[in-house]
Amino acid sequence: MVKVEGLDKLLAEHPFFDGMNEDMRKTLSGCARNERFGPGEFVAHEGDPADRFYFVRAGAIALEFHVPGCNPIVLETLHGGEVFGWSWLVPPYAWTYDIRVLELTRLISLDGACLRKKLNKDHELGFELYSRFVPVMAKRLSSARLQLSDMYGRPCKKGE
Amino acid sequence: MTNPAKPKSSKPDAFVMDANRLDALIGALASSGHAVMGPRVADGAVILGPVAGAADLPLGVTDRQEPGRYRLKTVKKDPAYFDFAVGPHTWKKFLFPPREKLWSAERAAKGFAVREDGIDAARRDKLAFVGVRACELAAIAAQDRVLTGGEYRSETYALRREQTFIVAVNCRTSAATCFCASMNTGPGVGAGHDLALTELGGGKDHRFLVEVGSTRGEKVLMALNAKPAKPKDVAAARAAVAQAAKGQRKMPKSAPTVLAGATDSPRWADIAQRCLNCASCTQVCPTCFCNTVTDTTTLDGSGAERWRHWDSCFTLDFSYIHGGAIRGDGAHRYRQWMTHKLSHWFEQFGTSGCVGCGRCITWCPVGIDITLEARGFVKDAKGKRKG
Amino acid sequence: MVKSTKPVPDSMTPAPFRVTARRQDLADTFTIELEAADSPRGFAFRPGQFNMLYHFGVGEVPISISGDAGAGKLIHTIRDVGAVTHGLSTLKKGDMVGVRGPFGSAWPVDAAEGSDVVIVAGGIGLAPLRPAIQHVLDNRDRYGRFVILYGARSPKDVLYLPELQSWRGRLDTYVDVTVDHAESGWAGNVGVVTKLIERANFDATHAVAMLCGPEIMMRFTVAELTARGMDRGDIHVSMERNMKCAVGHCGHCQFGPKFVCKDGPVFPYGEIEALLKARGV
Repeated sequence: MVKVEGLDKLLAEHPFFDGMNEDMRKTLSGCARNERFGPGEFVAHEGDPADRFYFVRAGAIALEFHVPGCNPIVLETLHGGEVFGWSWLVPPYAWTYDIRVLELTRLISLDGACLRKKLNKDHELGFELYSRFVPVMAKRLSSARLQLSDMYGRPCKKGE
Repeated sequence: MTNPAKPKSSKPDAFVMDANRLDALIGALASSGHAVMGPRVADGAVILGPVAGAADLPLGVTDRQEPGRYRLKTVKKDPAYFDFAVGPHTWKKFLFPPREKLWSAERAAKGFAVREDGIDAARRDKLAFVGVRACELAAIAAQDRVLTGGEYRSETYALRREQTFIVAVNCRTSAATCFCASMNTGPGVGAGHDLALTELGGGKDHRFLVEVGSTRGEKVLMALNAKPAKPKDVAAARAAVAQAAKGQRKMPKSAPTVLAGATDSPRWADIAQRCLNCASCTQVCPTCFCNTVTDTTTLDGSGAERWRHWDSCFTLDFSYIHGGAIRGDGAHRYRQWMTHKLSHWFEQFGTSGCVGCGRCITWCPVGIDITLEARGFVKDAKGKRKG
Repeated sequence: MVKSTKPVPDSMTPAPFRVTARRQDLADTFTIELEAADSPRGFAFRPGQFNMLYHFGVGEVPISISGDAGAGKLIHTIRDVGAVTHGLSTLKKGDMVGVRGPFGSAWPVDAAEGSDVVIVAGGIGLAPLRPAIQHVLDNRDRYGRFVILYGARSPKDVLYLPELQSWRGRLDTYVDVTVDHAESGWAGNVGVVTKLIERANFDATHAVAMLCGPEIMMRFTVAELTARGMDRGDIHVSMERNMKCAVGHCGHCQFGPKFVCKDGPVFPYGEIEALLKARGV
């Protein structure tokens, strides 16, 4: 396993941590783990306990729903610099999608249970983390809504 | 587009002729190959159509116009030829016909051959208009800019327009719906005519002051044996026109800027509740130019035609793109019409798209008054500024 | 005004063109190649301009020019969505089409020289941008970084796939493609096209962006580009409105004080920002 100092350096390279003070980042790196997945592997399955969340360093993963009798529906693909898995923040802490790996992917994951403990004690750290999560969630929601609009198809059926 | 200006000379510009010489004027225009169009009474309104002589003109006819109301009245005392205001027709129906075949095509070995029937027909259309009011001259000038003033021009319009001889008439009465004075387009004729008449008196002492606006106007006038006008005749004519400007409706001066900033006003929804989207205002408006084309084919598919006809921004189809109409809401359609007319036209063509003729007020079946609505927007804007 | 004693053809008269090739791009989208029937004299146009295409007896539609095949051949990519476009979809090699044009404003390919160029296209919006892309690629040394971002509805709706792949194969061009919806067989990105902007490398303060796609997509793309520091005046969008005449006479394409046919279809975003936000304009 990689040393904590090394993980802190990897965290610092990820855009999610841009501008975060070093102490906080070091605290977080205490819950961190370096991971590697190959194409076709699953990082998580829908309904699994959500005990980790992930920072993509390089590679690509897909958030998917599987539909019996059909090919799975890809909801979104994520690449280096992005994050996924905030179910650890929301009871009952379970994954809502399958996370399938598309190509060789390097991730850093943080242990959710470990983090929840730290955040309960250190609200300042909690605020810092939430301030970084909320914009990501807002952007993801906005993208999802745009996808829903089916803008390249026929956004409305007016006048027929 | 203006008619060829009259060169400067020492010859007088103003003449006087007896009212019965109107026949000679119409005759002179007809004999020089013009189809003469003028006002005449039909179906209880003064409309525009072919006139063979002065007898066809609405002698003694006057009108009462109010929002959504139009009635003719005939006066016995000192009847005059032009003491009514504009009716439901506009001269655009001749220059820019409501329905016009632009071209026809026949399938041929190399695909198809196009025949420009529209241009051929326009070339044959040599027209003379008798009784064009100042506001209507302004409207013709506005349509000139739209249809011939840009990079592309409508050849059929351009041909008709050049060949048209215009006898304008100064207004000495206004309808209650007129607001040309506040639009600076009337009631006195400024430019764009070949000859301009002002009626003097009526009945027994009935004459016309005739003013020359172009060389071809001067040529026609020469055939009429009109006498040079006396200063008191000119003064009487000017006084009558000045009188007509009094008591008109007014368009607020700030309407163009206020409307440009009123896109989100709730007032549009209020107007839309009254507006029937009947497109009547756009059909009687002398400047509305919006049109569409219809392509047709013969039953055996060997021939095709393209027709251009008037369209209106009040129809749903007007703004249709695949998926739906951009302006699906009546409020959006009224906003498009009024804002275009009074505001956007300046940016597009450098002038107002409204000439103050008042037709849209009279012929609106629910009596929507564009000047009143404009005042409402101006009032809102003032209220906002005061905070 | 100029005397019209010798009338030129009316601005509403189409010229006959012959179909020299036809290709089906997508289920509802096809490309035709045209050549003037009388005199194959070439067809000068600027990237971003459009033609009015007339299908005999059926009617006329505005279609962006999507390329020059050389030797004066014109290329149009058309989506079959109405009576006229459906008629055009049935044309075969040798058939005739009426053409009026070219009309309208162009992509600022000259003004963009010396800058990075960012193309963001959505759906069939790639077609009007293709001549601009070709121009930049043909004159590659005159521009900075070249970024092409393309979003489509699903993998089977990706237009010009072979060309996208060949552009992507160049070392001097960055191409990224995404779809809104996909099944797991698709190896590319899934997500909205605006997401591609984050990952692309260009200098927002020295770049010119050219956008074409659904209005919603263009609005969100502008938000992303301006958040990255781009000036509204450096972002150009191509607009679509109903058009009947293409010469500013029929009034249909009015967009506030603008005529999309003659002031557009390509506008600097700053010029029409307020109009895009208003409803029913």
